[in-house]
Amino acid sequence: MAPALTTGGSARGAVEDGAPAAAVRIDHVHKSFGRPGDRRSVPVLDDITLDVRPGEFVCLLGASGCGKSTLLNLVAGLDRPTAGTIEVPGGRPALMFQEHALFPWLTAGRNVELALRLRGLPREARRAEAERLLDLVRLGGAHRKRVHELSGGMRQRVALARALAQNSRVLLMDEPFAALDAITRDVLHHELTRIWSETSLSVLFVTHNVREAVRLGQRVVLLSSRPGRVAREWTVGLPQPRRIEDAAVADLSVEITEELRGEIRRHGRH
Amino acid sequence: MAGTETTPAPGTAEGDLAGLEAGLDALDAVQERRTPFGQVLLHKVLPPVTAVLLVLAVWKLLVVAGVTADYKLPDPSAVWHSLRGLWLDGTLLGIVWTSVSRGLLGFLAALAIGTPLGLLVARSAFVRAAIGPILSGLQSLPSVAWVPAAVIWLGITDSAMYAVILLGAVPSIANGLVSGIDQVPPLYLRAGRTMGATGARGAWHVLLPAALPGYIAGLKQGWAFSWRSLMAAELIASSPDLGLGLGQYLENARTDSDMPGVLLGILLILFVGIAIDLIVFSPLERRVLRSRGLAAAR
Repeated sequence: MAPALTTGGSARGAVEDGAPAAAVRIDHVHKSFGRPGDRRSVPVLDDITLDVRPGEFVCLLGASGCGKSTLLNLVAGLDRPTAGTIEVPGGRPALMFQEHALFPWLTAGRNVELALRLRGLPREARRAEAERLLDLVRLGGAHRKRVHELSGGMRQRVALARALAQNSRVLLMDEPFAALDAITRDVLHHELTRIWSETSLSVLFVTHNVREAVRLGQRVVLLSSRPGRVAREWTVGLPQPRRIEDAAVADLSVEITEELRGEIRRHGRH
Repeated sequence: MAGTETTPAPGTAEGDLAGLEAGLDALDAVQERRTPFGQVLLHKVLPPVTAVLLVLAVWKLLVVAGVTADYKLPDPSAVWHSLRGLWLDGTLLGIVWTSVSRGLLGFLAALAIGTPLGLLVARSAFVRAAIGPILSGLQSLPSVAWVPAAVIWLGITDSAMYAVILLGAVPSIANGLVSGIDQVPPLYLRAGRTMGATGARGAWHVLLPAALPGYIAGLKQGWAFSWRSLMAAELIASSPDLGLGLGQYLENARTDSDMPGVLLGILLILFVGIAIDLIVFSPLERRVLRSRGLAAAR
């Protein structure tokens, strides 16, 4: 089955003047593991073309084996594509993982300060900026807390503050809330959309949770599995802030879930 | 509005959420509790003291029962008198210090050599393949075995002592660092790289701090090896020119058939080994582990 793109490559809503039209440009990217030409090499991503416009919130959705995390690693520059190009004009993107990946030998505040330090911020400015970022994720009092003293939701908020500390134009998120309970996740969805709307951040958010994708994204891109291809995409026209239990969110989720199930079923027929 | 700038007023959607978030934070946050001093005394100090008293009681009992000749198993009080004698002579601290200063100096030298060596083995595949197995094998070689070689190469000198310490402690320290680095979760390194911590900055800000627990375990073992090696060297290669250390004291007591002195020597060596570990390495290790949430307050 050929990949069906419902919306074309035209950059709707993007700035038309000299500013870059894309915050992330993924152009005909292929990725396989193993040596090129080797018959055992496994294709993971097949001809992915996807743009994230400046300030846009895009959710990448797919079943396991669709290579969503691989794609994110490529965009983050942690790995190279086998073919095709990836451009991130705004410089190195920030990356948030499913595990908080905070450094346990540092306090919450120092974790944020380390990102600021690696960005080259002078010492005097770091402390105040870290305070500001922790305030932004509503953890103003947690500067001196150790990572193990924080709950799962608090750790992900510190991780978000640390990612924001990189001052990147693009934030990549790899199922960052998958390990949290429903209420905590709901709160973090709200915080993320709030922070996103207050900044000019572009977000590429990977998830396998359809409702989460519809709750958060302006656009939802469905990847097929083995190899990962862009199967279909939806523009979510609902205004923010949405709630995960909104009827409109539920309706679109049903439609997307049906499509995702179809993608998964295809693999059963081989 | 009225003085609530950080927390939005309750009742609004934003306020509800902030309240919910505060509630979640309060419910989920890990509560740490310090053990009261009395409990520490009861659970940490009382058991070893009881054990020591028990050993003394059994010892005294064996002496009173006359199990063996007096020159083989002297009364505990005879050992105490030897200790008192050394103290009143003013030689006790000198003897202990001679050995301890040698041990610590040797340990520091082993630290200075073992750390870069460990880094090299951990980071270079070639070096690891070349000397990694030898380095771990050396740990099972008793350092006493080096004493004859060291004496022939360097004579009965301080240098020979230090050589034996280094050969015992360097492999432990290097291996500790290697296993510490091997156990660093790859996630930390990936997180560091996305923040721009690559190369030397990555090593300094991410790799080394992440490897610290394994490194400290290696230091602890390195000290034990230093001390053991030194005692072996002092016992075998004793000479009046070298000054009187614990090993020589023990050897002198043996040639004098002074059994209380021999027992005192053994006890002092044991005591110093334990004391340095308790004063330096255990607190260091506990501190590092606890700050990372790795050691429950046992």
